Amino acid sequence: MAFVYLDHNATTPLHPAARAAMLPWLGEQHGNPSSIHRFGQQARNAVEEAREKVAALLGARPPEVVFTASGTEANNAVVLDAARHAGRKGHLVISAIEHPSVREAAARLEKELGFEVTRVSPAEDGVVPAAAVLAALRPETRLVCLMLANNELGTLQPVAEVAAACRERGIAVHCDAVQAVGKIPVDVRELGVDSLTVGAHKFHGPLGAAALWVRQGAQISSFLLGGSQERRRRASTENVPALAGFGAAAAAALAELPERQAHLAALRDSFEAELLKRVPGSILHCTASPRLPNTSHIALSGIEGESLLIRLDIAGFAVSTGSACSSGTVEPSKTLLAIGMSQEEALSSLRVSFGMTNRPEEVEAFLSVLEREVAELRRLSPLVPGKTAGKTAGKTVGKTS
Amino acid sequence: MMERTDDLIAVAMSGGLDSSVTAWLLAREGRPVVGLSMLLWDQSGVEANGRCCGALDLGDAKRVAQQAGIPHYTLRLDREFREKVVDPFVSDYLAGRTPSPCVRCNTWIKFDLLLERARELGAGRVATGHYARILDGPDGPELHTAADADKDQSYYLFELTQEQLAASLFPLGAMSKPEVRELARRAGLVVAEKGESMEVCFVAGGVREFVEAQVAEFPDRYAERFSDQTLSQPSRLVDAAGADLGAGQPYYRYTVGQRKGLGLAAKSPLFVLAIEPEENRVVVGPVEDLLAPGLRGERLHWIGADPIEADPIEADAIEATVRIRSRHPGVRARIRPLGDGAVEIDFAEPQRGITPGQAAVFYQGTRVLGGCWIQGRL
Repeated sequence: MAFVYLDHNATTPLHPAARAAMLPWLGEQHGNPSSIHRFGQQARNAVEEAREKVAALLGARPPEVVFTASGTEANNAVVLDAARHAGRKGHLVISAIEHPSVREAAARLEKELGFEVTRVSPAEDGVVPAAAVLAALRPETRLVCLMLANNELGTLQPVAEVAAACRERGIAVHCDAVQAVGKIPVDVRELGVDSLTVGAHKFHGPLGAAALWVRQGAQISSFLLGGSQERRRRASTENVPALAGFGAAAAAALAELPERQAHLAALRDSFEAELLKRVPGSILHCTASPRLPNTSHIALSGIEGESLLIRLDIAGFAVSTGSACSSGTVEPSKTLLAIGMSQEEALSSLRVSFGMTNRPEEVEAFLSVLEREVAELRRLSPLVPGKTAGKTAGKTVGKTS
Repeated sequence: MMERTDDLIAVAMSGGLDSSVTAWLLAREGRPVVGLSMLLWDQSGVEANGRCCGALDLGDAKRVAQQAGIPHYTLRLDREFREKVVDPFVSDYLAGRTPSPCVRCNTWIKFDLLLERARELGAGRVATGHYARILDGPDGPELHTAADADKDQSYYLFELTQEQLAASLFPLGAMSKPEVRELARRAGLVVAEKGESMEVCFVAGGVREFVEAQVAEFPDRYAERFSDQTLSQPSRLVDAAGADLGAGQPYYRYTVGQRKGLGLAAKSPLFVLAIEPEENRVVVGPVEDLLAPGLRGERLHWIGADPIEADPIEADAIEATVRIRSRHPGVRARIRPLGDGAVEIDFAEPQRGITPGQAAVFYQGTRVLGGCWIQGRL
């Protein structure tokens, strides 16, 4: 068996349709979409075709889609823009489990412009209660940021409920939907938000292509200044090959969505059922919460997640210990601490995120290796303080009412 | 898929030339190898010499690992590095000693903690780019000097044990530096033209400034040493008879054997003979007073079995060549253990610059027997 990739929340392999759409723009075709000549016209056509496909995937109108180079860029743009509309000071409400591109942008407004930021914690089930978000609103609240699916836990957040209540009060809601799009149906009108971020590479599109959807009529200032691209909201010559791939990936996601959900959920469910049977001391998180079909968040008591990840990689299986942005350092993930995990448990956790190219045999092989490596690690360091050798059967936590 | 076996070798990769070639050589031999880098000193934003500890170099290690076709991981060991290497380094200066942090790093970090972590990751052995050799002897593995005497680093490894040597590999021990660089060039390694890291890797500027900055940043850590005096208080310079020669810099800025920077006018050049932190005094004198017939040491360590216990004829001492600093050519000496790790060493010829805090390392031919930490002169 070749190397097995089980880290699709970090990034995904390119869909063949996306690759096919990109290849002409990496070869015989080229052009600047702003040029008047036929080279430019063809490039413009490719970009606009992509825009239509991305809009279709989101239930949006094409002019509402602003292409960006990354989800981070889109999230930064919305949060930092709150400062322009709010005058000198204002109030933001974000969930405590937002992606760093939201958290850090909010922290900058707080630090540099005197904004107040309320960070709403999730409950133990990995879901931020809508009531808690709404309770944090104030008359001067400018923006609420609530992600649709958490990157680490896979839990879905009550975005529609929050957006409906905010709409009544005239407060803008931004939704980072990067982890959700392509895995579950996402419709901007149903969500009722004002802006939403989507990234191509999380659903088999290329790296370097993302979009900020902005509701028609909603305000957003130019976040890159220069040419008139993207209706002046984001100047820059368009990344035509990446956008062509983004469009094709969006079309494929729309067409394959039911099949994807079924495939991913089947892999994940069999993995989780077997894990509890076969790996002592394994704990599944947030299984009773609404969640993405592809993400398992597990803790292995007495195990250092970092060591396990490396052993698994040496054995040929790629997983993650948290979000890719915070790995490289052994700091427990803020998200995991926010749902009430102890530092020790957070450091013993592993994220397994399945993708469309995974097959049941790979899940079976992964389970065997996981069993072996966990046993080996426990054998090597059975008496480290705080490490309890897991003799008990697995369990699930985070069940919601 | 790489099958994990006990043969798996972890290469300690700093991002420098030597450890890079080590990884590349082992990978080329077809041995199962993983690269491990240690994040030892995370002063985000502060580049420590841009070399061994800097984040940049960990990036180079990753590049080289890709070139060698091996996986690479970074382990964060900065807390342990501070505790085992940096704190003692600062404390040594404050105690009037001149520390040898690279020995401590080998003893406590690379061949202790890293080996432990490597085992946790399924690797039974650790390879490093040290210039030294591990040879099989009648009583187990022995540590020997490198084939390239100019590059020999065996001095820094004297505190290893036979068990650690058995789990270690020094593939560069039989090679010369030019050969290593040539290999890197031929392999096209991105670090092929990289310079030497000669300084203490975690000190970006001057050592004295580093010590002062650390004390200022973490006053509680070093409070013991500074309970009754402030950091920048001038010391008294005195001669061997105790006569006051004037005010000097704070005492920890001096090193035994130092000549420059004393700021004293005298007929013949004056050297630092001793540093006495308790008295806040620095003793200076003429060069001949630097000469000592021997030294007192502590924390005596033998790599293998205690050779004195093993020798039935001469029961209380052993003859060896002793190096009293890393670049010291060595002197014939008689080593007399006194028990509890204390030791006295008599030189065949008087030696200059017995520097408290440095290591004295014992050799028989190319073999390293062990060593001790210098407390002072005899």
